[in-house]
Amino acid sequence: MKLDARIPSGPIEQAWDNARFEMKLVNPANKRRHHLLVIGSGLAGASAAATLGELGYNVTCFCFQDSPRRAHSIAAQGGINAAKNYQNDGDSVYRLFYDTVKGGDFRAREANVYRLAQNSLSIIDQAVAQGVPFAREYGGALTNRSFGGAQVSRTFYARGQTGQQLLLGAYQALERQVDAGTVTMIPRTEMLDLIVIDGRARGIVARNLITGKLSVHLAEAVILATGGYGNVYYLSTNAKGSNATAIWRAHKRGALFANPCYTQIHPTCIPVSGDYQSKLTLMSESLRNDGRIWVPMNKGDKRTPNEISEEERDYYLERRYPSFGNLVPRDVASRNAKAVCDEGRGVGETGLGVYLDFADAIARLGEHTIRERYGNLFDMYQRITDENPYKVPMRIYPAIHYTMGGLWVDYQLQSTIPGLFVLGEANFSDHGANRLGASALMQGLSDGYFIIPYTVGNYLASSKLGKVSESHPDAQAALSCVRTGIDKLLAIRGRRTVDSFHRELGKIVWDDCGMSRNAQGLRTAIEKIRALREEYWQNVTVPGSGDDLNQSLEKAGRVADFFELGELMCIDALERNESCGGHFREEYQTPDGEAQRDDEHFSYVAAWGYTGPGKPPELTQEPLEFAYVHPSQRSYK
Amino acid sequence: MKLTLKIWRQKGPEAPGKFVSYPVDNVNPEMSMLECLDVLNESLIERGEEPVAFEHDCREGICGSCGFMISGIAHGPQAATTVCQLTMRHFKDGDELVLEPWRSRPFPFVKDLVVDRRAFDRIVQAGGYISVSTGNAPDGNAIPVGKEEADRAMDAAACIGCGACVAACPNGSAALFTGAKIAHLGILPQGQPERDRRAVRMVAQMNAEGFGSCTNIGECTGVCPKEIPLEVIARMNRDYLRGIWKERHQLVTTIAPVTDWDLVTK
Ligand SMILES: Cc1cc2nc3c(=O)[nH]c(=O)nc-3n(C[C@H](O)[C@H](O)[C@H](O)COP(=O)(O)OP(=O)(O)OC[C@H]3O[C@@H](n4cnc5c(N)ncnc54)[C@H](O)[C@@H]3O)c2cc1C
Ligand code: SF4
Ligand code: FES
Repeated sequence: MKLDARIPSGPIEQAWDNARFEMKLVNPANKRRHHLLVIGSGLAGASAAATLGELGYNVTCFCFQDSPRRAHSIAAQGGINAAKNYQNDGDSVYRLFYDTVKGGDFRAREANVYRLAQNSLSIIDQAVAQGVPFAREYGGALTNRSFGGAQVSRTFYARGQTGQQLLLGAYQALERQVDAGTVTMIPRTEMLDLIVIDGRARGIVARNLITGKLSVHLAEAVILATGGYGNVYYLSTNAKGSNATAIWRAHKRGALFANPCYTQIHPTCIPVSGDYQSKLTLMSESLRNDGRIWVPMNKGDKRTPNEISEEERDYYLERRYPSFGNLVPRDVASRNAKAVCDEGRGVGETGLGVYLDFADAIARLGEHTIRERYGNLFDMYQRITDENPYKVPMRIYPAIHYTMGGLWVDYQLQSTIPGLFVLGEANFSDHGANRLGASALMQGLSDGYFIIPYTVGNYLASSKLGKVSESHPDAQAALSCVRTGIDKLLAIRGRRTVDSFHRELGKIVWDDCGMSRNAQGLRTAIEKIRALREEYWQNVTVPGSGDDLNQSLEKAGRVADFFELGELMCIDALERNESCGGHFREEYQTPDGEAQRDDEHFSYVAAWGYTGPGKPPELTQEPLEFAYVHPSQRSYK
Repeated sequence: MKLTLKIWRQKGPEAPGKFVSYPVDNVNPEMSMLECLDVLNESLIERGEEPVAFEHDCREGICGSCGFMISGIAHGPQAATTVCQLTMRHFKDGDELVLEPWRSRPFPFVKDLVVDRRAFDRIVQAGGYISVSTGNAPDGNAIPVGKEEADRAMDAAACIGCGACVAACPNGSAALFTGAKIAHLGILPQGQPERDRRAVRMVAQMNAEGFGSCTNIGECTGVCPKEIPLEVIARMNRDYLRGIWKERHQLVTTIAPVTDWDLVTK
């Protein structure tokens, strides 16, 4: 297969303008005759559904929660980037573009990233107009902070609830369209398969999670905005329901899956406390602006932090990276935390933790200022750990947070199946091998508000789409495939719970395809995953039936997909014989332990095709070209 | 520690319901209320029984999915805390906790601890937004908003739509939820053009859903995990009265409440 990314020609500054000019338009009077499905109501899905509704399309939007407002995007804390340069500190569209390409360790498509940086400007305007209560200066202007490794202040925020406020903005825009009759919102309904007819995406099979009824929904295009797959690892900062089912089943219908091994580990999460633990809680990385990270100099030092004197502390990030210090990018901060813990210098009961200390900042700025900046985060920490971070340093440890990989899309956000578009964290675009802080919200909204409304129109206007009906054999085949899958899971009645399998899968992937990977470990992980999956299909137990609210059944289907995706992640990681961004292969590092890229052999997007159950996936490469930002060894020294 | 969880079990709206007591050993004080239910559910599944259905997603106190009554208090005894963030250290060895779903007519029962809160979405549909289509916005800094106003708007906007306020209110009023949105948008300059219409339509929808009226009891703000202040209700009432007068020539429409779940097959 040859991948055509449809990157517009010409200078990068004009690429998006040119692309838009060349797109075909749908006659306004015809828009309401075009039916579109949007799966997902997070930032990407809600903004897409609302905007397409405003344009006059006939949209149906789905989510699995009881309300679209609860999508996982709601949990984003820290902020959203935009190249507004309101702080006059030298920011520009070009700089945001440059930082993102470099931060992604030169594994993203330049043209996409440039467009993202351009769109960032309009996102802030749109959100402000919707009433998103961003933080302000006394004079009434918007305020910014610097975030996650950026040397300019370009992050907009609404306390520690930026995702919530941006999502509520998009949700309200969506509900306005529901009221206007352009969007039909179908909550508590899960997409379980994609319907492909004559090579084009024409609909989905969905299950009503309350009544258990399966149904077919047909349309002219399907837009997936179903979020990331971090929950493969079981323990992650993602919401419990976040899953890969929609994208995975689309993958099995022919959509290529790109860079599955690019996953992001967030350096500042509350450490695991016991085996009942169901998820990990993120502490916003804005904390690294004022907190200092350290561990004891000596191994096995069990004294309380306040008993350890300055000389006996190792502020290892400040020591190793004098110019970025505690603000190094996420992958670097996470790897270093793991390294000091592996040396036996970790803190807390499990030894898997490092200190994030605010004592200096409190002495310098006063407790009041720290409370103003981070009060709600400190409260959350105290609520969970019962420790007062104003007095005792926080304990943090890295956790899985975001997945850069996802379905492959071209510049128009279309997957390898015509008519199937993928937005937000569900696609692979823009962040390369590592995402910078505050850039996911920006990407989701850029995709939903400002890209898909054009590109889907272009698709509709330039394709001849005949009528299809529910009785079409391909629609019926997808429906019965879903039914068989559900019946199979319910019929096993084995002895182990879905969660116990999920935990075990998560541990395999975390140990061997997590913060650092090596060929040997990946090979054994693949074997272990296959064996566990085998057992799953023999020995899992799913109580209850398929015709009412059955949360075990929902989980069982999602975990079945995580098994297959987990294996593909390991295969991809094994194939990529280099280290880049979040993908750190122990065999490929510089003498001082930094990631060593191999641009000669691996400067490509790895897009995997599904070839059938039990068959090896097929790799297609999309070569990456860098005409603007010259690939260099990232250095944060 | 050991606890007894006395939980409302009911398979569906038509099925009979009853309390069932479950002893749970090995409760770790660090675990959350929902993790404690996870542990119980794992053991129920292993015994071949159906687990307790409850809503949850983020488990960080922000999505608003979770929520039930714990011994008569919405979200349990810890102030400003959702059940997903409520750690078991707030209980003592040997305690019995009574878990029940939100009980309020506009929140139809679904299963065990799960109810249907779509009425909240319809209240938002009725006007909980600023009508600005994508692409229409002026530059972000073209609309200055004083820090204090922005902070007050943010205080109101923090509502997570969990429904605890309704469950706690003896009248089953949704005034705190509705007031929070009216206040958030009504405080900001961007929200002024639609302020009257918004208040009138949202209040009309709230009434059409069958929520009770507010008699200033204040239980709502006491259980609210985001500590939404009662002022938002005063503000809603002011905006509503003003709106009803100014919009007196306009026809107020409401959205028909839908309570069945056969959405996808309709
Ligand atoms: C704790 C946390 C903090 C974060 N903080 C930041 C931050 O400060 N800044 C930043 O830029 N990024 C942040 N991120 C990342 C960012 O929040 C996410 O990447 C982004 O919100 C994803 O948005 P989305 O619209 O792609 O997907 P989501 O918000 O995950 O939405 C997915 C939607 O799809 C629906 N769905 C999924 N599967 C199905 C299915 N099969 N059928 C039907 N519907 C389905 C869900 O119901 C949901 O509506 C954070 C992430 C986490 C976990
Ligand atoms: S006002 Fe408070 S209690 Fe009511 S829905 Fe909002 S957050 Fe929940
Ligand atoms: S699970 Fe999201 S608020 Fe409790």
